[in-house]
Amino acid sequence: MRVFPFLSVLTAVPLIGAITILGLGEKQKNRARILALVFSFIALALTLILWHRFDATSGQLQFQEWHAWIPSLGAEYHLGIDGLGLVMLLLSAIVVTMSIAASWQIRERERLYFSLVLFLQAGLFGTFTALNFFHWFIFWELSLIPAFFLIQLWGGPQRASAATQFFVYTMFGSVTLLLAFLALFHCTGTFDFLRLSELARDGQLVPALAANLHWHRFTPEHIALLIFGGAFLGFAVKVPLIPFHTWLSSTYAEAPTGTTMLLTGAMSKMGVYGFLRIILPIFSPQLRSLLTVLMWLAVFTVVLSAFAALAQKDLKRIFAYSSINHLGYCMLGIFAVASLTGNSVALTTTRIAALDGSILQMFNHGLTASTLFWFVALLEARSGGLRGLNDFGGLRRVVPIFTGLIGIALFSSLGLPGLNGFIGEFLIFRGVFPLATWAASLSLIGLLGTAIFMLTILQRVFSGPLNQRWSNMLDLTVTERLALLSPIGLMFALGLFPQLILGIINSTVMTLVQQVRY
Amino acid sequence: MLAWTIYISFLGALALMLPKVPARAARGIALLAAITGFAITVSAFLRPANGVMTTILHRSWVPSLGIEYYLAADGISLVLVLLTGIVAIAGVLFSWNIEQRSKEFFALYLALIGGVYGVFLSADLFLLFVFYEIAIIPKYFLIAIWGSTQREYAAMKLVLYSLVGSAMVLIVLIAAYVIAGAKTMNLLTLSQFRFPLHFQMWAFPLMFVGFGILAGLWPFHTWAPTGHVAAPTAASMLLAGVVMKLGAYGCLRVAMVLFPHGLDPWGFTVLGLASWRDLFSLLAVIGIVYGALVALVQQDFKFVVGYSSVSHMGFVLLGLMTLSRIGLTGAVLQMFSHGVLAALLFAVVGRMVYDRTHTRDLTALSRMHLSKALPFAAVTFVLAAIASIGMPGFSGFVAELQILIGAWSAFPIYVVGAGIGIVISVAYAWRAMQKAFFSDAGPESTTTPLARISMPERLGAAMLIIASLTVGLYPQLLLNLVIPALNSPLFDGLRKGHWQ
Amino acid sequence: MSTVSYTALLHLLLPEVIVIAAALVVLAADLLISRTAPTRVRFITAAIISAIGCIGAVTEIVRSPQQANVFNGTFVVSSETSLVQIALLILTVLVVILSIESSFTSHVGEYFAVTLFATTGMMLLVSSENILLIFLSLELLSLSLYVLAAFNKRSSHSAEAALKYFLFGGMSAAFLLFGLSLLYGLSNSTNLLQIAHAIKSPPLDPLLAVAIVMIVLGLGFKVAAVPFHFWAPDVYEGAPANSAALIASGAKVAGFVIFYQLMITAFAGAEGSADWKNFTPGWVPVVAIVAALSMVLGNLVAITQTSVRRLLAYSAIAHAGYTLLALVSHTEQSFVALLYYAITYALTLIGAFGVVSIVEEQVGGEKLSDFAGLSSRAPVLSICMLIFMLSLGGIPPLAGFFGKFFLFASTLSAGQHSPDLLWLVVLAIAMSTVSLYYYMQVLKRIYIVKPSSEADPIHVPIVSQLALCAIALSILLLGCAPNLFLVWLHQPILFWL
Repeated sequence: MRVFPFLSVLTAVPLIGAITILGLGEKQKNRARILALVFSFIALALTLILWHRFDATSGQLQFQEWHAWIPSLGAEYHLGIDGLGLVMLLLSAIVVTMSIAASWQIRERERLYFSLVLFLQAGLFGTFTALNFFHWFIFWELSLIPAFFLIQLWGGPQRASAATQFFVYTMFGSVTLLLAFLALFHCTGTFDFLRLSELARDGQLVPALAANLHWHRFTPEHIALLIFGGAFLGFAVKVPLIPFHTWLSSTYAEAPTGTTMLLTGAMSKMGVYGFLRIILPIFSPQLRSLLTVLMWLAVFTVVLSAFAALAQKDLKRIFAYSSINHLGYCMLGIFAVASLTGNSVALTTTRIAALDGSILQMFNHGLTASTLFWFVALLEARSGGLRGLNDFGGLRRVVPIFTGLIGIALFSSLGLPGLNGFIGEFLIFRGVFPLATWAASLSLIGLLGTAIFMLTILQRVFSGPLNQRWSNMLDLTVTERLALLSPIGLMFALGLFPQLILGIINSTVMTLVQQVRY
Repeated sequence: MLAWTIYISFLGALALMLPKVPARAARGIALLAAITGFAITVSAFLRPANGVMTTILHRSWVPSLGIEYYLAADGISLVLVLLTGIVAIAGVLFSWNIEQRSKEFFALYLALIGGVYGVFLSADLFLLFVFYEIAIIPKYFLIAIWGSTQREYAAMKLVLYSLVGSAMVLIVLIAAYVIAGAKTMNLLTLSQFRFPLHFQMWAFPLMFVGFGILAGLWPFHTWAPTGHVAAPTAASMLLAGVVMKLGAYGCLRVAMVLFPHGLDPWGFTVLGLASWRDLFSLLAVIGIVYGALVALVQQDFKFVVGYSSVSHMGFVLLGLMTLSRIGLTGAVLQMFSHGVLAALLFAVVGRMVYDRTHTRDLTALSRMHLSKALPFAAVTFVLAAIASIGMPGFSGFVAELQILIGAWSAFPIYVVGAGIGIVISVAYAWRAMQKAFFSDAGPESTTTPLARISMPERLGAAMLIIASLTVGLYPQLLLNLVIPALNSPLFDGLRKGHWQ
Repeated sequence: MSTVSYTALLHLLLPEVIVIAAALVVLAADLLISRTAPTRVRFITAAIISAIGCIGAVTEIVRSPQQANVFNGTFVVSSETSLVQIALLILTVLVVILSIESSFTSHVGEYFAVTLFATTGMMLLVSSENILLIFLSLELLSLSLYVLAAFNKRSSHSAEAALKYFLFGGMSAAFLLFGLSLLYGLSNSTNLLQIAHAIKSPPLDPLLAVAIVMIVLGLGFKVAAVPFHFWAPDVYEGAPANSAALIASGAKVAGFVIFYQLMITAFAGAEGSADWKNFTPGWVPVVAIVAALSMVLGNLVAITQTSVRRLLAYSAIAHAGYTLLALVSHTEQSFVALLYYAITYALTLIGAFGVVSIVEEQVGGEKLSDFAGLSSRAPVLSICMLIFMLSLGGIPPLAGFFGKFFLFASTLSAGQHSPDLLWLVVLAIAMSTVSLYYYMQVLKRIYIVKPSSEADPIHVPIVSQLALCAIALSILLLGCAPNLFLVWLHQPILFWL
């Protein structure tokens, strides 16, 4: 039975787009952005088709493609998506389209810029569909390069050090991840995620590790913990979890805003995805043994980042820390799922809630944060590059529609019921509370902090006396309004009908929860 | 058919020496010869090959001594011949602008290529040595006439080191020939001969070091950075890209095949080392780390690349010493990968940057805003740099991965060393990249803009990048040739003692 | 066979007779006819006559191959001697052709006649097994060469060189004679084989030891081996280029051949061994030490030379060392290797001296600096010199490399089952590597260094060009297809030994 290789085609579309754009001649460079937009729409359309054909009731992998690649290294070309993967694909497609739209004003080396964005999209698609570590790792690393260049070449004044930091941190994480998986390969002979999670579930992973890595000074559990540590670091840097987050705020600030949308909307999700796809199924016993530490890390992430955001004066940095905060909730949910043994129905329901919440939060945050950064881009365009908290004041008088729309986004990020941000957080807390009450309680402080800085933004930038400097600021043009309509609309839609997403992921989450070893 | 790669190169060189040929046509002839050679290789590639040693030409040469004109290729030879073809074409493209004595330049270039092809395709040890030596003299002239910094000294140093290495090889070769009855120099026949153990114990290291000198084995590597820096671009591309692989090839094809028991434990331990294998793998790892560390502190852009070559060849040698199928496969793959990438790096540094800016000093370059002035060069260098640090998707990743996996079973501690080397390589690549291209020091220059990157340069760069990407994404292309070759009877001796 | 009719003897000696006749004709022609003609015409005429003579001799040898052993080994004709004689004659022809453009002397006829006498001496030398005739022909050769070395009356170097040559040569001839007479005393015969028979019994007679040393000394001088090499640099430097070429080529070949034959045949039982583990007294260890010293000294001192001629001289000493390895291993194969090596070496040296003489004449000197930029001034000449230098250095695919390989392989094969002569071979290979350094210095000047001020092309006479190209091509050919030569060599060897 020959199935249409949907996923390969999907990954190929942005690649072809990127190469085409690179091949444009000197005269045609204005077509670059249009081409980029076209290709991103094609990709979006494909993902929507994928959604349409996706069987949401089964939690199994669909659209699988399986080819031998490097047999001697256990590398296979194995693609497939389940609900989680589909959601990530949808998110990436949406965020990239938004990013391209937000970067419409780029005048310098446009061909390179837009082709890099499309390369990045290909990398994202590849990461979210791969089921063999080797293949997955290639795309994981390959998404680094366009990101690096986007920051380095079009970024702000401190871009060199920001790009370096970004690169070094992520590289470091990748190296530990690679080493961990090499060890796994050495001990089990496979790079396949499914096979590895099967081994973990049957309890055969740790003995395999102990048998093949002759580190006699360590007990098998310690060996497993070491390997887990390597993999953990790789993803922890990406999410990021405190204390591996120090690269993020300068990177987000210095990157051109269209790129920051990509970074926060899609690339940070790679980290969380990694936890869901790889860490949880394969290393959940190790998660459990370190649970307290991890939960504390998650809590710190949530709380400290919220208060760090409070201290920032640069809008982009505020939103950067806010990203850390929101993803901290996801981590909270994921870690909580690994806690406690037992298979009772109530526990299962709780776990499902937590995971549902994490995934939903991922999607929603991706959407919301990208939109927020888009607004910042629009503001920068009007203010000539300024984006400090204290640079503005009373803008709602001059740009009321802008204020209105950004207000919606801000409130969504806050977690106002009726907008998309609420459901995810709610489900997470619903799941974490029974599983780790103290963590949930402490994290509430984070909610408080978020509320404070979001409202602060509204107050300082948009309310209050009008800063005369901006009395001639132009409001959103018709094009901009139309463009922003979609994400804002989605925020409402998802806020009122979270089933849109939940429907996709529910079965998958159930399967996932059952796959984890307790 | 593959033998024609050799002949065409030499014929091309000869044609270029004729007085009637106009100088303008020189590069065209050279390009034609290079492309023909490459096309022949590709056609051999496409034929369904099972990777084992296939005879191309087998004639008697000096019957009284048992020397034969015996050309044959197995999967490993084919991979390296392919590499030579690619780098040869790229080298000509990057030398398109040579004006001074261009006929002689391309004649020497083609002669060098011919010699290299010959080494990879020889199955008679005398013939292999002949080609090996033939490849030495053109190097001298290429560097001493068209080179830059300290060229005469660098050329002489390079040639003398190479000659010392080949002298060592010759000694062992003649001794082995005599011990095996002075009847044949046929590699396949000799590989079946059981040399006495005590003979193997000194013959192997002597020959390994002899070939290793050319491969940049630490601490005999000092000719390499000096020589590569002084050489003109095409020559450094060939030298670092292909000629260093001659040494590694010799190590594998001759030293390890003929004297597998030279790798056995001595029976006693010296400083923790119990066999030549331990010693050479230690030297390999030292080479990896040392090369990387020295590259990190260089002020001359080309020296960074030169030392990085030493570091990467250390990987090849480490892979050879793992004596496991996967490690050896990785070593051959790394030979290919580093060949392509080193050529690319030298091309960027030498041709794209130095020819235009006339400086290789990183501090001076950092004031030139090269990412704006030469964007193509910047992108190419970045791609080459990330490929050479082992970014997945490029050829280096699979190669280094295999070597590390192989080394892990044999000497885990060296894997740590190699890992450190990789990390340092990220650092020096980073530093060079930042300083040369992406630094914003100094004002925007108002002096005359630099010449655009010409079409031959773009073609050459594209070729090399595509080669690295193709092998990175689909390494089976090459693995399908190398793995059966390693399973052939030629490597029996290695297999019996050690294979994993 | 003790009585032979004179006609038969003349028939056997026909090649030598032709050469002598040619010499006389040259003398006569020059005296009678061309005294009034310009030097160049005289040179050409004399050269042509000499060349014809030599070629005639070659034709005679090839046309009627003989086998004979006359007067109890006094004169031996076999396929092997014929082969060496052909080689010597060809070398002489080349020297003669390259002398066409010389202008260093007005005694043209005498010059060529003496050259031909030297050739006769060489031919007789290699075809004798009798110590008397050996000595006589050696003296004929040597005296002719002393005269040839002195021929440039305008140069004091020439006279000095010839004097040194004469003094050294005379002294060494005396030693040789002394040693030969001791042999006679010990064996009561002048025939090599009979001598061998007589002195076969061990232990080593002290008188025999003295004889061995004397003879090695005497013959070592001829081939310029250490420590009898002191004449070589000065003679190579001072003598006119073509005389030096003959000294370096033909005389060497003949010298090596007779050295080998003498030692192997006469001292057959007294070899001893130079193996690393068991050093047995005999002439082999003596020769081994001489060889080792020659290789080391020749190569090391050559590095410091600034005069190309002296460089060639010291390299000649080194090459003598390599060639003597064949004596140390004294097997059938070694002899073939020796012949191959000596003949190709001689060819190369003639070529090298040919280039040097042209550079001397056109540029004004033969220091390394005079070769600067030669590649742009005389491209064909430079390529020939490239081939010569690389062949001397032992770079494949040239004859020099194969010769060295053959020599080393046969040296190692000689050991019973283990290569105990390995130390000599290792030394040889190491020194050979060193030698490339100074050959590259010459090539560096030619190809890399820019010429001084006047970089106008050098006029190279067409005949010389042709001759040099022919030599270069033959070196390339002999290197790529050595079998051509070896096949030729192997059959005769079996007959002779």
